[in-house]
Amino acid sequence: MESVRSDAAPTAGESALTVKILVAGGFGVGKTTLVSAVSEIRPLRTEEALTEKSIGIDDTTAVASKTTTTVAMDFGRITLPNGLVLFVFGTPGQDRFWFMWDELAKGALGAVVLVDTRRLADCFASVDYFERRGVPFIIGVNRFDGAGHHTHEQVRDALDLPPEIPVITCDVRDREDAKRVLITLVEHIMRSMSRV
Amino acid sequence: MDREDGHAPPEGANGAGGAGGTAWYDDAAGPVVRPYALTGGRTHYDGVEFDLVALIITADAPGPDDAHPGPQWVPEPEHGMILELCRTPLSVVEIASDLELPLGVVRVLLGDLLDHSLIQVRRPAPVAQFPSERVLKEVIDGIRAL
Repeated sequence: MESVRSDAAPTAGESALTVKILVAGGFGVGKTTLVSAVSEIRPLRTEEALTEKSIGIDDTTAVASKTTTTVAMDFGRITLPNGLVLFVFGTPGQDRFWFMWDELAKGALGAVVLVDTRRLADCFASVDYFERRGVPFIIGVNRFDGAGHHTHEQVRDALDLPPEIPVITCDVRDREDAKRVLITLVEHIMRSMSRV
Repeated sequence: MDREDGHAPPEGANGAGGAGGTAWYDDAAGPVVRPYALTGGRTHYDGVEFDLVALIITADAPGPDDAHPGPQWVPEPEHGMILELCRTPLSVVEIASDLELPLGVVRVLLGDLLDHSLIQVRRPAPVAQFPSERVLKEVIDGIRAL
């Protein structure tokens, strides 16, 4: 796996060294903010139209009543100084769009699950999903003004996390903090590899 | 009233759906219908799978006489927009975002372009299945250096 230099004429099928990290969590927990904090471009948004095939695998009662259903996801791109391109995707806020999650999770290095301790249950679905798929993840407790101060142990207990999964507090608006979150995730991935 | 501008009367405008008289779409379908008109109604490309982060690069112009057999292909303006965008490599998801089109539509359009050898595709390296420690270290160093 060599890094691909952009000056070389690309040939079809050649691998580009791009890596993908996901940011998940409940609505309004700060996913897009985290993506913006580290992205070199303003976060982009892409949408996928929901087709018949996509729905029906999950609760569609809420979908049926809507005239138009699109799934939006925000993402950012970071070209690392060594030429690697890192994509950070915010997962669609609504948990029923699992089909989009599957596409996002495919080939992803790992995930950050953002948690608002006032609405801890919002992240259960994400945690569940990554555990089942075997996607390495960490918990980022976003620091909200006025949020009750839960200890990491309380969060860990509530989510029933194994001890090796890092739980860190962060302010996703802060670029350095956002970087620290991503680094913590990648370090966690490295440790989980060496355990295998 | 003359109709020499060629516009069909409104009541006939949705006749493209064919016989039967039952409209296959209604208000509930919303604007979802429109983007797929670009693709002639196709929602899927049967060739390679375009990964979200695969890079698309506009190919060097093919020889003019290297005509493709079969019926003449009439590209949509969006095909040209993709070729314009991808003079510098761009990921599938960024193309969709730039053109403000659903991913599914962009994938069909990319399939057309690939079929006509107008683009090249660089798949993302399969780092996730077996990420090497070296790559992960590079990612960490890269993020630190931001």
